[in-house]
Amino acid sequence: MSKIIIKAENLGKAYQIGQIGTGTISRDLERWYAKIRKKEDPFLKIGETNAQNIKSESDVVWSLKDINFEIEQGDAVGIIGRNGAGKSTLLKILSKVTAPTTGKITGKGRIASLLEVGTGFHPELSGRENIFLNGAILGMRKKEIQRKLDEIVDFAGIERYLDTPVKRYSSGMYVRLAFAVAAHLESEILIVDEVLAVGDAEFQKKCLGKMNEVSKSEGRTVLFVSHNMGSVRHLCDNGILLKNGKISSVGNIKEVTDSYLTQNIVDVSNSYSHKEGSRLVEIDNVKLEKIDKSFKIHEEIKLSISFNNKHIDKVTCCFFILIYNSEGECIAGSFQTDTDQKITLEKDKGSLTFSMPNYLYPGKYFISVGIFDDGGHFLDWVEYAEIFESSGLYMNNSLFKERLGITIPTSSWKYNG
Amino acid sequence: MQVNEHEWSIEAKSSLFDLKLNEVWAYRDLLWLLVRRDFVSFYKQTILGPLWFFIQPLFTTIIFTFIFGNLAGISTDGLPKPLFYMAGITAWNYFADCLTKTSTVFKDNANIFGKVYFPRLIMPLSIVVSNLVRFAVQMILFLMLMGYYYFIGANFNITWAIALFPVVIILMALLGLGLGMIISAMTTKYRDLAFLVTFGVQLLMYATTVIYPLSTAIEKYPAYAWIIKYNPMTPIIETFRYGFLGEASFSWNSLGYATGVTFILLILGVVIFNKVERNFVDTV
Repeated sequence: MSKIIIKAENLGKAYQIGQIGTGTISRDLERWYAKIRKKEDPFLKIGETNAQNIKSESDVVWSLKDINFEIEQGDAVGIIGRNGAGKSTLLKILSKVTAPTTGKITGKGRIASLLEVGTGFHPELSGRENIFLNGAILGMRKKEIQRKLDEIVDFAGIERYLDTPVKRYSSGMYVRLAFAVAAHLESEILIVDEVLAVGDAEFQKKCLGKMNEVSKSEGRTVLFVSHNMGSVRHLCDNGILLKNGKISSVGNIKEVTDSYLTQNIVDVSNSYSHKEGSRLVEIDNVKLEKIDKSFKIHEEIKLSISFNNKHIDKVTCCFFILIYNSEGECIAGSFQTDTDQKITLEKDKGSLTFSMPNYLYPGKYFISVGIFDDGGHFLDWVEYAEIFESSGLYMNNSLFKERLGITIPTSSWKYNG
Repeated sequence: MQVNEHEWSIEAKSSLFDLKLNEVWAYRDLLWLLVRRDFVSFYKQTILGPLWFFIQPLFTTIIFTFIFGNLAGISTDGLPKPLFYMAGITAWNYFADCLTKTSTVFKDNANIFGKVYFPRLIMPLSIVVSNLVRFAVQMILFLMLMGYYYFIGANFNITWAIALFPVVIILMALLGLGLGMIISAMTTKYRDLAFLVTFGVQLLMYATTVIYPLSTAIEKYPAYAWIIKYNPMTPIIETFRYGFLGEASFSWNSLGYATGVTFILLILGVVIFNKVERNFVDTV
């Protein structure tokens, strides 16, 4: 038995960027005048997509455009995409916090949305009072909360502090209580936005477990937004990938997360960009010596960096390298001064070589290269200078198996009897 | 699990008069919890607790008695001065609190409104009801003062119009609510209005019969008295005074006029509020 529980048709949301508040009366009048003449809204004409790095003339941007999807009852759907892809906007529209500019969503059943934990908690009120208040804000009746009170308190593990004002709670207790209230709301649809980023590992696991239980055994529909591909894959069956306000891929969660990860790579390969620096010394080219850019575990990664000092006669400087994972987090950094001296460059072109063993988990990584001078000022800093892949094979070609952690340090083991 | 078949839809355009009052009803528990929250959080960690509700009207009455009554010598229609002023202040405060608090409702609750949906109308309603608690406490003070003056045999008498007291309360609440919602909706875009409110409410008090009786105003400034007469708060306060103290300019016509204005402003307020509520998160 599968039924459509949420259906979005032609959904769009336009935002005005830049200054809001200056000249709005004249703008409002202009809009109103267009409306009474039955003309199109003059400020919504330009249908641009939401690419944040492209500067544009118009100050109206479509944060979401032409969104169509259907979600079946009991599905756990992961909504993924880079920052600014429109995930939060979509959740806000779904939870009725803001209205769409075009299109509509229809659905069945009650929605509980958890865009933030502990919305409406009042620090002066006790845990018990806040359970009722928060529950009511989320749409529960008093009787319903009364019935679930023991369960909520039990899940949050705060029995002893139930009548203490929440301002005396530790942040962990606070978050546990808040999640507990929301998780026990009897709703057909549960919307969760990255709230799991808070709380300790054990509690995160408990939350994921609860959400799993909610979707798998209770047959409720879960919409989950996260940057953590691990938990998305663990929890969801299906995914929606958003890119610049449009749906770029829908379907099985494995495929969608994969296309998210590769999308990042593709986007990056042609986005060699100078992020910062005076550019008195410029980094011209960064190249991996290995052509296929794929490295086995602990294989040597060799990188050649060529630069051009056009302006200064003699400059003492230090090179550095940063490594980012496919989610854009910087996970490692190496400075020339970690192992060596600063170098003095003549007014000329030159190059140097960097090398390190590949101690990274299987996945795609980006390299960012920079130089700063004696005074610590950036001369140049290039983002997305190069990409490489850690292949997931050991040097002896055996396969790396998934485990906890993000790196595989070079280490030695010795049995001492 | 039993599936709730309640169907909903979220659309770009909504009808101007779809006020979602059934939703407000469904969230009535939230209304009471918010009122409770306001009340409890007000006196937590204070020594005097709800007694603080007494202090403001008490001191204002003393100062008004001294300045307007004694120093300026403004007539009080032959009523004991403290009683006259406290009647005005108690009623005016309720209206003014409803108005000022409601007018900042979007700004004050931007955080909650940006994260969770519930019928937004609940918030201003809870403000009006919370203030009612405060008003009730201040009424006790007023009644005590009445008792005192009755005991020493001062010149005032309760009239039949005291039966209109519930009407007076409802009118004040709805007028404050309606006007406050109109302003709150506009402040989401034009912040300047917020400054105007605090200042405007003070000025408005002088255009209402709080510190002088309507009869004196008409007598002294016949040309400008219409401003005071057409201020919808004037008939409300006059009715209040007439009921409790027996001396004021009460007429059914002016009370009817105040009622009319109140309902027009209320309907306008609710409609505008509902329209703004849908998108205010993007502009606030």
